[in-house]
Amino acid sequence: MGMTMTQKILAHGAGLDKVEAGQLIMSKLDLVLGNDITSPVAIKEMGKFNKTSVFDKDKIALVPDHFVPNKDIKSAEHCKCVREFARRNDITNYFEVGEMGIEHALLPEKGLTVPGDVIIGADSHTCTYGALGAFSTGVGSTDMAAGMATGEAWFKVPAAIRFVLKGKPAKWVSGKDIILHIIGMIGVDGALYKSMEFVGDGIQYLSMDDRFTISNMAIEAGGKNGIFPVDDITKEYLKEHTTREWTAYEADEDAVYDEEYVIELDKLKPTVSFPHLPENTHTIDDCGDIAIDQVVIGSCTNGRIADMRTAAEILKGRHIAKGMRCIVIPATQKIYMQAMEEGLLKIFIEAGAVVSTPTCGPCLGGYMGILAEGERCVSTTNRNFVGRMGHIKSEIYLASPAVAAASAIAGKIASPEDI
Amino acid sequence: MKAEGRVFKFGDNVDTDVIIPARYLNSSDPAELAEHCMEDIDAEFVKKVKKGDIIVADKNFGCGSSREHAPIAIKAAGVSCVIAETFARIFYRNAINIGLPILECPEASKAIKDGDEVVVDFDSGVITDKTTGEEFKGQPFPEFMQKIIKSEGLINYINSEK
Repeated sequence: MGMTMTQKILAHGAGLDKVEAGQLIMSKLDLVLGNDITSPVAIKEMGKFNKTSVFDKDKIALVPDHFVPNKDIKSAEHCKCVREFARRNDITNYFEVGEMGIEHALLPEKGLTVPGDVIIGADSHTCTYGALGAFSTGVGSTDMAAGMATGEAWFKVPAAIRFVLKGKPAKWVSGKDIILHIIGMIGVDGALYKSMEFVGDGIQYLSMDDRFTISNMAIEAGGKNGIFPVDDITKEYLKEHTTREWTAYEADEDAVYDEEYVIELDKLKPTVSFPHLPENTHTIDDCGDIAIDQVVIGSCTNGRIADMRTAAEILKGRHIAKGMRCIVIPATQKIYMQAMEEGLLKIFIEAGAVVSTPTCGPCLGGYMGILAEGERCVSTTNRNFVGRMGHIKSEIYLASPAVAAASAIAGKIASPEDI
Repeated sequence: MKAEGRVFKFGDNVDTDVIIPARYLNSSDPAELAEHCMEDIDAEFVKKVKKGDIIVADKNFGCGSSREHAPIAIKAAGVSCVIAETFARIFYRNAINIGLPILECPEASKAIKDGDEVVVDFDSGVITDKTTGEEFKGQPFPEFMQKIIKSEGLINYINSEK
């Protein structure tokens, strides 16, 4: 019986020739990640260890991004705790305001995540790096603490679901539409405890940014990780972003999958998830007339340069609807700079949008775009749970940057085709 | 080890944003987090819950964010055990790692009603609904996780192993 991509990486991490689904293993870690919400809890837990130093100061990444620049005194205290810990332990990859970005956009950009890595992060969207052919998964603060101290973590080797992506998606169909379609199909627990492995001839049409978006939302289907094979597009990205050595793992021909789905990308349409679960998907032509108050374009899901370019393509020379608030958040300083140099920020501002420094802010209802009772938002973020972006009677509609930008102009949920 | 208390019943996909809304994540103090536990799904929960009470839910409990603040808030609110049809995987790990007992038991999750008095025996995995007299057998933990739970969390377990 062969192994999946994920199983091969975990076998290597555990120093074993072979692993199978359900097996409990202890794996070495190539990177341990935390943010300003989860790291303070982990740092407190670290204090309980017999061992007080970190396992490797180069293999820990600390990225204050959720409530920074500090939104209030308590957040400032959390960030201070992380900053002082980083200084005390001489952590190489601590990213201060000014050099930071949203963690899951920042770390690949900095070349810290490569194929074959085993990565844990105290943030559920750590699964993003599967786009590069790494095994990466979200954990809590205690796992992060144990990882920082020992350089190891325990895993139950996951079974897998195989998604065969076929054909070329239409112009306005992006990685976001593909993953929303999949979550709509299998449900928010459709991949519970399992790997989602994406293969097929269709992936050649998906940019790295599309793939990051797809892997990012594997957790929204309950998945442990979401992984792509390494191809020429991946190699091109790695050449540009990293000097680290890497290993590509391919699934065996006789690898075992619990289920297999074939997704015909050329038949997909822009897709929107209605409140209050990502699985409540509608295609754009089936959304009806839904007036909205706010649009958010950003986050670890859709704050990358391709997302900025798509939004700008639609907003260029147009203006958002009267009374609409449109908040654009480039995910990292580098993306912000690129957007500035390409003239995208000018397009956003002329269209009536505001452009923010990188922050997770509104995605989790932290700050920078909180919704009042009864308000509706089309957002390129990843969750539309009750109260996620503000009042428990507000509503979030998850969509691609193209649909979000079109909706900002129309004042209601709209297709880019209609603009 | 046993847990005994009154049941608070919830449905499918109880997410970490309703367990502990992110607007309170500027704190990591268990007592402060407990004050807002389940606030966005049942604003009265913290007023009603008593030490030892038990949460019973349907599938995918704890889905969403990796915030350990979610099981911390539940434990600090006095809840002695969570029983569900299934748990989201990060919540599952986090609960074990901080020593909040949780059990997967689809039959118990279907049959037990809000307000029932329930006893959970963690050694045998048996769940007894004292109100109806029904008994259920929960999914036992693998040996490895039992060790973590017996050590009262991952950190103590690692300290004891080294």
